[in-house]
Amino acid sequence: MSELLIRNGFVFDPLQGIKGDRMDIGVKDGKIVETNALSSPKTIDAAGMTVMAGGVDIHSHVVGPKVNVGRLFRPEDKLFKSPHKSPTCNRMEMGCSVPSTFKTGYDYARMGYVFVNEAAMPPLHSPHVHEEIRDTPIIDNAAMPVFGNNWFTLEYLKNNEIENNAAYTAWLLRATRGFGLKVVNPGGSEAWGWGLNCANIHESVPYFDITPAEIVKGLIETNEYLGLPHSVHLHANNLGNPGNYVDTLESLKLAEGYAPKNDFGRDQVLHLTHLQFHSYGGDSWGNFESRAKDVMDYVNTRDNLTVDMGQVTLDETTTMTADGPFEHHLCSLNHLKWANVDVELETAAGVVPYIYSPKVKVCTIQWAVGLEIGLYAKDPMRTFITTDHPNAGPFTRYPQVITWLMSRAARDATMKTFKWLDRTIDATSIDGIDRELGLYEIAQMTRAGPAKALGISNTYGGLAPGMDADIAVYALNPEDMPSDPAMIEKAFARCALLVKDGIVTVRDGEVVAEPAKRTVWVDVKVPENAQVQRDIYEHFLRHYSVKLDNYSLFEEHLHNPRVIEVDTTQ
Amino acid sequence: MKTVTLTLTNPSELFIEGQNITPDNFAGRKAAEIAALDVWEGKQKSPLGKYFTVEGDGGATAEETKIVLRGDCTRVKRIGQQMTAGEIVIEGNADMYIGGWMKGGKIHVKGNVDSFCGIGMEGGELVVDGNAAHHLGSSPRGEWRGMQGGVIRVAGNAGNDTATFINGGTIVIGGDADIHISTHGEGGTVIVKGNAKGRVGGQMVKGDIYVYGTIENPLPGFSMVDEVEQEVDGETARFAHYIGDLGERHPTSKGKTVYANLYTKL
Repeated sequence: MSELLIRNGFVFDPLQGIKGDRMDIGVKDGKIVETNALSSPKTIDAAGMTVMAGGVDIHSHVVGPKVNVGRLFRPEDKLFKSPHKSPTCNRMEMGCSVPSTFKTGYDYARMGYVFVNEAAMPPLHSPHVHEEIRDTPIIDNAAMPVFGNNWFTLEYLKNNEIENNAAYTAWLLRATRGFGLKVVNPGGSEAWGWGLNCANIHESVPYFDITPAEIVKGLIETNEYLGLPHSVHLHANNLGNPGNYVDTLESLKLAEGYAPKNDFGRDQVLHLTHLQFHSYGGDSWGNFESRAKDVMDYVNTRDNLTVDMGQVTLDETTTMTADGPFEHHLCSLNHLKWANVDVELETAAGVVPYIYSPKVKVCTIQWAVGLEIGLYAKDPMRTFITTDHPNAGPFTRYPQVITWLMSRAARDATMKTFKWLDRTIDATSIDGIDRELGLYEIAQMTRAGPAKALGISNTYGGLAPGMDADIAVYALNPEDMPSDPAMIEKAFARCALLVKDGIVTVRDGEVVAEPAKRTVWVDVKVPENAQVQRDIYEHFLRHYSVKLDNYSLFEEHLHNPRVIEVDTTQ
Repeated sequence: MKTVTLTLTNPSELFIEGQNITPDNFAGRKAAEIAALDVWEGKQKSPLGKYFTVEGDGGATAEETKIVLRGDCTRVKRIGQQMTAGEIVIEGNADMYIGGWMKGGKIHVKGNVDSFCGIGMEGGELVVDGNAAHHLGSSPRGEWRGMQGGVIRVAGNAGNDTATFINGGTIVIGGDADIHISTHGEGGTVIVKGNAKGRVGGQMVKGDIYVYGTIENPLPGFSMVDEVEQEVDGETARFAHYIGDLGERHPTSKGKTVYANLYTKL
């Protein structure tokens, strides 16, 4: 394979502690190598530009049934918003907040991203998830099956059978070719089957008689028992409601006393996702306020936690989550269309369009809450940039989010468009924060940090020799940063160069090649467990609508796998 | 005002996507430049001049530009789509999406039009001397923000699903209307001077419908409250006044619940 030498760029690689040094990066056979290992490389001049590893997105809904429901029931999301086919791309692109698989892959690549973790895979529908992964070009994908409302999990954890739950978890990860443990509104989505919810972490799940707190603790124990690359990935209870920061703090405190146990360099035992939706004070929409500081003060003191922002981007978007009761609640607030699905023994899902308007006070407060989370973060290696795509905004707005974090002027310019600016300032502390993040911190929050938290930092998120040659070059000179924030946004929206697996994939913001993409999954070896085998057989016989033989993913659904092996039998 | 005359001399085999035929696109262009604008026939892009002969130059602005289409435009779609000002006269029939997402100006069709005409309309005037097919003044598929403003007048009959999700503006149908009028409506006015087939005002939250003739299958969600005398489209008449759709959510204003109104002529 060809050799590349990316010369003279300002390199930001937090995994190696490189803070904008002028360096050359060598690429050989799809891997990063020492520059002296190259014989006759093709040279790319990156002088005056920023060089980072390819971006890693820890939480985004890009593939699978609920994304497709969003595509199907929002044809208006494509109307007048789909670009003409790019002459340099193989496929045409469609959609805005729920883009087609092709547009998803191309747009992530244009922003310099190479790895995207699908945040919620309903296990029963894993074939659909993997078919869409195959159809999403360029970017490597992993997908996390949801466990927080799974009947097996609830039963094992109720009886405190961690070893059995671990055996079941390992079986399900293999059956779905999943990556890690996603937990969505633990207990609440199951309660939704009864038309109920678990509004706080001590409210019991009907029939199963287990609390969300017990589910989360049990899953943390399971995760560390198995030593998986990623930690438990939690969408906490009571999302989106005024005053929910109390529940969020309680959920975060569940991780106290647990230490990570894994061989993948991961330091956290709990990742709390889209924290913005969980950091609200007040007790009604009238006195709704930000409690981001209270939550981040706690997160900052705990090394075994990571979070991502879930930044509201003030766009028209499509919310979609396995938190079924929340979507019903949202539909009763905005009266727009609503889709709802129950996935047998496993989970639920809902989809509702939503408009985050700068004219609505609640929306502008939500915008401030998200940025406060990013700006109050003491350790950017544990606080990641996301928009919970597409729930708080489309992922294509990451460049805008980065710009808000990097520039007080950009935040001020946006705030000027708010109808309820004074009330937003009163209800939040955003106006008192002058902090502006630098490129090193952005590299931590968009690549190094997420890769470390996902346990894949030996392959993704850095530029050390031996790692995948995924390199993004942005037209930003750290020694001469543009005074106009719009230029920062422009640079991050369309990278000057993206190398994926050693292949020049994006040049001057245009996709010029579509290298093979991968499906990353975790294969866990556990000792044979006859009881769990029998439980699985029984449940499928009695309760599932499909036979056990037809449930596990067939090999033909799995596209270009990259397996991370975990062996607990040693 | 300057007039551009398009005469269809070389009819297409497939339907033409004519969204470039608007005063906005013609303004400031000479006849030759207009003939070079893109139209799509199926997946193939061609210049407008392949199908039409173009006479006359566009005005300086859309407002000062009038377009006259001659020949059988039964296979030409999207004329006047998203136009903001100016005037279009279609001497005969036209196909779908005429005046879709129109913001201003006037379109006069002397023949019939097909479905989806005036959808997502925000302003301006669409006049059809003949009949209109389905989804007249309706919302685009999936969209909950339907017609916002403007006027649509159809002298003949209209098909199904007129004014779905209407939010504002007025639609006047001289003849009969088929099923589904103002479904999910949250404002605006629809006047049917002939008969209506049924499902009039289903799931309607707000807005008005007038039916001069009969409604073959009225919905049970509408309940008669009184008789009123009202001036409608320039003439005064007595109407039976119904409110509904009682199965749908309704907003409150000044302590009173706001219903959609259905009036049938007595």
